[in-house]
Amino acid sequence: MSELLQFVFSGLTTGSIYALSALGFAIIYNASRVINFAQGDFLMLGGMFTVACTQLGVPLYLAIPLGVLATVVAGALLERLAIAPAGNSNVVSLIIITIGASMFIEGVVQILFGKNQHAVPSFSGETAIPVGGAMLLPQSLWVIGVAAVIVVFVGCFFRFTMIGKAMLAMSANREAAQLVGINTRMMLLVSFCMAAFLGATAGIVAAPITMVVYDLGQMLGLKGFVAATLGGMGSGVGAIVGGLLVGLLEAFVAGYVSSAYKDAVPFVLIIIILLVRPGGIFGAKSVDRV
Amino acid sequence: MPTSHEHAIGALAKPVLEVSNLEAAYGRIQVLHGINIKVGEGQLISLVGANGAGKTTLLKAISGLIEVTGGTITLFGDAITTAPPDRRVRAGISLVPEGRQVFAPLSVEDNLRLGAYTRRDNEREIDLERMYELFPILKQRRRLAAGMLSGGQQQMLAIARALMARPKVLLLDEPSMGLAPRLVQEIFEVISNCKSKGIPILLVEQNALAALSIADYAYVLETGKVTVEGTGPELMRDDKVQQAYLGM
Repeated sequence: MSELLQFVFSGLTTGSIYALSALGFAIIYNASRVINFAQGDFLMLGGMFTVACTQLGVPLYLAIPLGVLATVVAGALLERLAIAPAGNSNVVSLIIITIGASMFIEGVVQILFGKNQHAVPSFSGETAIPVGGAMLLPQSLWVIGVAAVIVVFVGCFFRFTMIGKAMLAMSANREAAQLVGINTRMMLLVSFCMAAFLGATAGIVAAPITMVVYDLGQMLGLKGFVAATLGGMGSGVGAIVGGLLVGLLEAFVAGYVSSAYKDAVPFVLIIIILLVRPGGIFGAKSVDRV
Repeated sequence: MPTSHEHAIGALAKPVLEVSNLEAAYGRIQVLHGINIKVGEGQLISLVGANGAGKTTLLKAISGLIEVTGGTITLFGDAITTAPPDRRVRAGISLVPEGRQVFAPLSVEDNLRLGAYTRRDNEREIDLERMYELFPILKQRRRLAAGMLSGGQQQMLAIARALMARPKVLLLDEPSMGLAPRLVQEIFEVISNCKSKGIPILLVEQNALAALSIADYAYVLETGKVTVEGTGPELMRDDKVQQAYLGM
């Protein structure tokens, strides 16, 4: 029983990270139908910028917001310099551009910060808290807590703000969105900034657990993509449920089978989803009447 | 009919929207070959023509959804030929697109609020209530996803959404398409209502009889060119128009 609880804790922790990553995928997908394969790099950049700041002597509580800010700027630059100039290219071309951008980002980071792993100290110590026979790391609480807060924040953004609704409208019908005066180019920029914000935050709270290395984003990004697809691409709730599911499944396989198979979980999962339910769990059902 | 044009109401009203020598193409296929039309203050202008004549293309070009390859579009004398669509909405052009194009997963009320997306004034709530008075069915269904509405209700919503922008000129693309006759009549009443409020309207319709009978001035479009123009009654008397579009 305590073993199971231990796996649940670890699954929820990684699951929260995947959920935030998946949410980033969903937001950009909704704005443009583009799968942004540089999403994982936002997680890495968040961690890396934070590490860089602490190495320059900036205290952690300042380094974190600076890391988030720098990543958001990187997200905006990605959209302005790589996506926007492609104009009305088809979605597949744009997706390939994001793959190229991801390689570019990883290359630059490798040159600037090297290939080695960088450590970020836990936010509130390493002393594990015993819960029901299992041990919970304080950093896990940070990850789950921050993810929960951000999810609520993003939910409110789409439900209650005009910009959020405009983004949903753009996702539902791009031409009609233009016809009510929504600046779709600006919205795309906003969506990249939001995705970068989500990624950076996830990357930073996870950094004390994952360590930061230039290619950290590859795995985290791909798993976030699987989570988004599992939940139903474009669905916010789907991204969160998908993220937690992938995290939990990984933890169970690692715990009960072998940690060697842990990374195979999401990729086996995506094959099953695509065969059984290509739209994902919360995949958009068409409610159109004509 | 160049001479009648001079005497038409079209020549008297101050122009709001002017399209001159407009050309547009899909890829290498040219669709519009030098279109000239004018919408004056308070006027209802109808554009009739067969499928593929370029009516929808013209409206899309005016609202900026497609780029033009030649000619100019001016609104109150200002060129907007290359402005992005959101700038044109801000300038006062609203298009009710063909096939309604409501935001299906969003609520009816959100659809209406998004109609006022470009506005920053304090009268948006008042206008929302006005739309509910104009279309009581939308008030009843305001929490429902727009995609769940019937075709006629979606058309009402699409028109109301466009009106929420307080347009200086309203473009309507086939508002009666696919609707039951009773609803067609209702839609035309709504259009007349907008006209009586002084909103200049450019109406594209396949239902030529209805479109011509409420028009101050009308154009017949054939394969991307204006072939006949004149006041509504003039066109209804025109032999060619009668044969081709009124089935007489």
